[in-house]
Amino acid sequence: MESRPPAAAAMTRTVVIDPVTRIEGHAKITLHLDAAGHLIDTRFHVVEYRGFEKFCEGRPFTEMAGITARICGICPVSHLLCAAKTGDKLLAVQIPPAADKLRRLLNLAQLTQSHALSFFHLSSPDFLLGWESDPAKRNVFGLMAADPDLARAGIRLRQFGQQILELLGGRKIHSAWAVPGGVRTPLSVEAKDWILDRLPEAKATITLALDLYKTLLDGPLRKEQRVFGDFPSLFMGLVTPDGRWEHIDGMLRFRAPDGTIVADGLSEDDYASFLGEAVEPWSYLKFPYYKPLGYPDGIYRVGPLARLNVCDSIGTPWADRELEELRDRSGRVATSSFAYHHARLVEIVACLEAIEQLVNDPECRNGRVRSRASLNRNEAVGVSEAPRGTLFHHYQVNDDGLLTRVNLIIATGQNNLAMNKTVHQIAREYIPDPVPAGTEIPEAMLNRVEAGIRCFDPCLSCSTHAAGQMPLHLQLLAADGQILAERRR
Amino acid sequence: MSVITLSVNGKEVAIPEGASLLEATRAAGVEIPLLCHLDGLEPVGACRLCLVEVEGSNRLMPACTTAASEGMAIHTHTHQLLDYRRMAVELFFAEGNHVCAFCVANGNCELQNVAVQVGMDHSRFPYQYPQRVVDASHPLFAIDHNRCILCTRCVRVCDEIEGAHVWDVGSRGSHCHIVAGLDQPWGEVEACTNCGKCVDVCPTGAIFHKEDTTAEKLRHSDRPALLKAARDEHVWRNQ
Repeated sequence: MESRPPAAAAMTRTVVIDPVTRIEGHAKITLHLDAAGHLIDTRFHVVEYRGFEKFCEGRPFTEMAGITARICGICPVSHLLCAAKTGDKLLAVQIPPAADKLRRLLNLAQLTQSHALSFFHLSSPDFLLGWESDPAKRNVFGLMAADPDLARAGIRLRQFGQQILELLGGRKIHSAWAVPGGVRTPLSVEAKDWILDRLPEAKATITLALDLYKTLLDGPLRKEQRVFGDFPSLFMGLVTPDGRWEHIDGMLRFRAPDGTIVADGLSEDDYASFLGEAVEPWSYLKFPYYKPLGYPDGIYRVGPLARLNVCDSIGTPWADRELEELRDRSGRVATSSFAYHHARLVEIVACLEAIEQLVNDPECRNGRVRSRASLNRNEAVGVSEAPRGTLFHHYQVNDDGLLTRVNLIIATGQNNLAMNKTVHQIAREYIPDPVPAGTEIPEAMLNRVEAGIRCFDPCLSCSTHAAGQMPLHLQLLAADGQILAERRR
Repeated sequence: MSVITLSVNGKEVAIPEGASLLEATRAAGVEIPLLCHLDGLEPVGACRLCLVEVEGSNRLMPACTTAASEGMAIHTHTHQLLDYRRMAVELFFAEGNHVCAFCVANGNCELQNVAVQVGMDHSRFPYQYPQRVVDASHPLFAIDHNRCILCTRCVRVCDEIEGAHVWDVGSRGSHCHIVAGLDQPWGEVEACTNCGKCVDVCPTGAIFHKEDTTAEKLRHSDRPALLKAARDEHVWRNQ
């Protein structure tokens, strides 16, 4: 977030992008201009509200996996797993090894399908069809018309992930398969066979996507890599005890843009000591920050890029090679938000390699998948890596197991400061300075501003615990608050 | 035992004297929706889903509690009855807080089944969103009053089969609710034997095992009849 707009001053303008398209949820972007037409502020507003934290109070904690999975249809698995993990801690049980591996498999499938959705369905139309292409065709349907083979491969890659979710949990979305204490069922032989059968195709697709993306990155997308939210910030993510890439267990690590590890071995139990949550009146999305640096200096980013920045290595050969390539192109700590796209593709590689290892692990066929116990603690914090970043669930329960307090810290919220900063940087680069009075800002420029948000693949339904799809509304506001230009989709 | 004859939707049936209209409909092979009735428990006519038309009477009769008599002619699926049944089910949904998505009984719920059976696709009545609570004070089980439809199966099974009479009905009108003991937290009622029969017979997710998560509840609605047969007739299922 940038400087506050001045109090009503005559003759200023605000550009409004409303709704922001091809993201999950509802949002708008406003660009504030002063009287001379210079950009003075940008804001990414999340304009939806749901209130899960409140209405979950009074419910049994055992329901939380089922309830919070309903926050979102894109990554219900993330909430399911985080709620189940928090439930494990309330029961104070160690889950069976098979359950641990099966949960991992579920999360890997989730990361794969969500990243495929972000790259192929939502973002690639910008790269492949062009920023200036017809907005009516700049979507997955336009991609199907322009490059049907690539579109089909992308859709089938997402299907691969979704199908694993169904094979494990019985349904693609809103499964309640992970429960406090473990999971409900082991991996079936049929599921294993199906996954192994489809793995080669998934690998071929991600190879194709990576080759294509790297070519674009070295050519037409070079400028975007530089101006789409390239700024110093901390990065946070889970890592294994030996510093490798992690997505469900492990400890939290903060890394600075110069590569320094700012904090390591942090437990989710202590999140309140290092994460603060600020609130702004113009957005339903909270603004988490790294407490030791204060607000808003404690800006940090989470998600695929952050996970790759904080880890030392991934731990599987192909993914590690791709990680090295990413670091060669974007730096040891990639600070451009545009690199999120590349990071998603690298994470898909990591997921596919890990999926292959897990489905061949006989432990995943072990029938002992659930530890049973009654309530043994009154408070617990769970953590997992959702596709968009680190997710925390914090529950307090009474002695009967009914929730008395719920706090959900969502990945997209943690990227809120960074998203605002990214929008500002892109607007500065692409919006004329000054904007002459009465000038209509070209759609392609506004699309780039939107695309800055898409780098983060935000899921506003989760982050505000809110409802709906995500159109975008962009406004150009005068200093007195008058709407001078507006785009709504 | 003497036998009486009557007609159900025009079909003649013969049933033992003293049998109910519900038994007559079963003898005729006619299925009508039921929620409060459970074989093995005394019928109470609470849910009103089994209402039937009796020729010569200007009011509708609950089949479960009305004794059949010689020469009766009843109708079970008239347009008026179908409409009333659907209306009754809509009112069940409107007056409680039935959120199937994460309910322990989702997919194994008699209220859901009946909604499908009567063709309910929405409620024509405004949802009341009553403020109700969950009582999870019992070490093994919990009761979520949001999901209770006041069928009183729990009251009856605890009284008639288990003999503990932990449950009863308190208050009146829209405040009517199931109470444990003397309207105490369930976990404080010493009469409770922890048998779980109330969990077995609850048609919705109102009474459940505390470790059950979404869609995990198993019902055992047949148990009262089996226990009654074992007790009264010394007939056990595994014999």
